[in-house]
Amino acid sequence: MTIVTPARLERPGARAAARAGLVLLGAVCLVAAGADLIAPGDPFTTSDQVLRPPSWAHLLGSDDFGRDLFTAIVHGTRISLLVALAATAMAMSLGVVVGATAGYAGGWVDDLLMRVTEVFQVVPRFFLVVTAVALFGSGLGLVILIVALTSWSSTARLVRAQVMSGVTLDHVLAARAAGARPLRIVWRHILPMALPPLVAHAAFQASGAILAEAGVSFLGLGDPSVMTWGALMHEAQHFLRVAWWLAVFPGLALTVTVLGLHLVADGAADAP
Amino acid sequence: MTPARLGRFALRRAAQAIPVVGGIVTLTFFLIHLAPGDPVYMMAGEGGDAGYYAEMRGRYGLDRPLAEQYVRYLGAVAQGDLGHSYAYQRPVLGVIVERLPATLLLSGAALAIAVGAGLAFGLVAALAPASHADVWLRVLTSAIFAAPVFWVGQLLLLVFAVLVPVFPVGGLTSLREGSSAGLGDVVWHLVLPAACLSFGFLAALARVLRGSLSVEIRREYVRAARARGDSTARAVLAHAFPNALLPALTLIGHQVGYLLTGAGLAEVVFGWPGIGRLLLDASSQRDYPLVVAVLLTVSWLVVAANVVTDTLYVAADPRLES
Repeated sequence: MTIVTPARLERPGARAAARAGLVLLGAVCLVAAGADLIAPGDPFTTSDQVLRPPSWAHLLGSDDFGRDLFTAIVHGTRISLLVALAATAMAMSLGVVVGATAGYAGGWVDDLLMRVTEVFQVVPRFFLVVTAVALFGSGLGLVILIVALTSWSSTARLVRAQVMSGVTLDHVLAARAAGARPLRIVWRHILPMALPPLVAHAAFQASGAILAEAGVSFLGLGDPSVMTWGALMHEAQHFLRVAWWLAVFPGLALTVTVLGLHLVADGAADAP
Repeated sequence: MTPARLGRFALRRAAQAIPVVGGIVTLTFFLIHLAPGDPVYMMAGEGGDAGYYAEMRGRYGLDRPLAEQYVRYLGAVAQGDLGHSYAYQRPVLGVIVERLPATLLLSGAALAIAVGAGLAFGLVAALAPASHADVWLRVLTSAIFAAPVFWVGQLLLLVFAVLVPVFPVGGLTSLREGSSAGLGDVVWHLVLPAACLSFGFLAALARVLRGSLSVEIRREYVRAARARGDSTARAVLAHAFPNALLPALTLIGHQVGYLLTGAGLAEVVFGWPGIGRLLLDASSQRDYPLVVAVLLTVSWLVVAANVVTDTLYVAADPRLES
């Protein structure tokens, strides 16, 4: 449950910030949906127009293979959103199951699950993702799975806390007295109350997933068969002296997307 | 709180961390054995011949049952044997220990910048709530939060090393390997990466301090100080500020993993020879033992930092001992 204090609602500009977040996120989703219309063609197509600065022919310039940066960034949006959606869905599901089980069961089940959660909480996620990618391979599906498996712990803690405080509430006690099964109690009576913090948390998870994949790709360890913002920035690192646009625009796309998610998360956390 | 009591608390807190440390080692054991390919490559690196692998199999007991291997692995790690790097031809722990100081220097410098500037910004924002400075601080901190550290690094390089070349493009010193560099040279090379790494923390600290300070300055003890004749500045700085620092302390101590992650990425952007670069080189050379050992080391650093933070927290506010 979120307790909405007057002070939180009063925060000047909070609503405007949340709205701005929705606008940014909506724009990113539109670009992803309409990628083939906005920038038709294969982003991997090379040309002899190598390392050209932004112009009418190449809106955001071109890279060392003569590939159009605008097309690459537009198509990269799809990958980032795919990573965000898939990894967040997996991490949230796992986190909700672990957290609800621990919070509801209590006792040794809780102790055991929380010990495991604690380990995942302590290990710096990015190092774990890089290690796993180095050991297991860098296909996009694998990267998404690894990101999800390394980010469920905060969800589990959040859900556990919500369930533990939820089970003492009157309507939950009533449901228990009426003979409702634990799964139904958690799903129908406790989790709905926890929705605002969970939505905010999911938005943060999504931004974390996007940044983790981008970081892996920036290191040059990502999936080479898909066009990603991180991979573009990896390439840019070699041409900083001659092609500023290669670094500036993919990073801007990444930052705008993450900012949109953060603002939406803040707004969801503040929602009454 | 007496030093002895604090020491006992620190020991108790460290003991509580042992299962977590064991859990981390268990996690890497699973990674090594779930990874495709022969686990001997994960313990001894790639590139050796049959004789080398036979020796390493014996050394790490890789021909024994899995349960025995697990016990042996725990034992080996407990004795500081994190595996053998074929690329470096020596135990991986030594390689890491050599590179760790560069990472700690970078992280420490970034933390110092972040604490200084973050506290100043947070103070300004809390004292003038809903002012332009406050609103702009929130907008700015949101944007800085969202910007990935490697992009910030690239922008800093573009502006301060390419456009206006006042700082070097990368590295720890201007000298070739082997010769010793002056302190000034290191600091000159440190400015951009440390600034880059500090931004995220700075933003987080400013936000947290703004929040905690705006609660503290409304408390009665601050009003009491004013009533006794203290100036506003003194009431805030001497009374409210120290109490408001506690959440900031938690933030610093419990985000060490985030700091090390940022350091690793910044090292790659700026060619800084720390463990982030080491991890990248190790994974491109398929030097798996080194990759896994870097993961272990940074995780242990985080656990240690958490123990230290909790101890400092109790030292600052003894009510929190339980």
